[in-house]
Amino acid sequence: MTDVLVRVDDRLVHGQVVVGWGRALGLRHIVLVDDAIRASPWEQDLYRMGVPSAVQIEFASVADAATAFPRWAADAAHTILLLGSVETLARLCAVAPVRRVNLGGIHQQPGRREHLPYVFLTEAEADRLRALDRAGVAISAQDVPTRRAVPIEELLA
Amino acid sequence: MSEPLRGVVVSHAALAQALVEAVARITGHAEGLVPVSNDGCSRDALEQRLVEAVGGQPAVVFVDLPSGSCLLASVKFARGSPDVAIVAGVNLAMLVDFLYHRDLSVHDAAARAVATGNRSLKVLP
Repeated sequence: MTDVLVRVDDRLVHGQVVVGWGRALGLRHIVLVDDAIRASPWEQDLYRMGVPSAVQIEFASVADAATAFPRWAADAAHTILLLGSVETLARLCAVAPVRRVNLGGIHQQPGRREHLPYVFLTEAEADRLRALDRAGVAISAQDVPTRRAVPIEELLA
Repeated sequence: MSEPLRGVVVSHAALAQALVEAVARITGHAEGLVPVSNDGCSRDALEQRLVEAVGGQPAVVFVDLPSGSCLLASVKFARGSPDVAIVAGVNLAMLVDFLYHRDLSVHDAAARAVATGNRSLKVLP
């Protein structure tokens, strides 16, 4: 059985997700897990604009994810969960059985160091990812499906 | 007389820069056109680039695609601002025309850009 793909990407819904991963996965369902957007109807309208009509988009808080995760996992092959930060990922992993994580875009900010051109991390974020790796979550970095997936050990070496 | 409109071109990769350079090659200048790339940007960082590019002036924001991070950041930025209009699906023809109509109102200039851009799409022969 396929594990549902959880992607950390601070751009959330954008071309790499909708087109790149969308075509590769035959995407039918995007779940945007973000507490602030879950509480903001106008931002939800904004993100709906970026999704093809054949793809369903759902907005969830981390708390919602605790109960909804099994439903999302039931169509794992065609579903992607989008999160905007490593902090949200850590919170999600605390309430749901996340097993597969794709680091797709974590961009430069003060205090972050470059690991890949599309992955910049603070030491605290790197430590959180190491802890999830030790807990058995399969983590790799890959912006688009046609590029090589970089395993977490290599990313943080 | 009010200040001429600013045109901000927002794109993936180096497309915006290339479009503005192409306008300059055709017209001899690209005054009032500012390119913004989403390269290396989070949503928040791209919005900040837009704030700097628009510079508080009335502006038309030309976005490459009618969806995606460039459009989302532009719509979020322009929300509640009557002096900013967004045109999605930028092309070279509309930018060249815009350069000579920066004295229009923001919304007239945006409508004109869409009409010009649409007219430039043709199947030949």
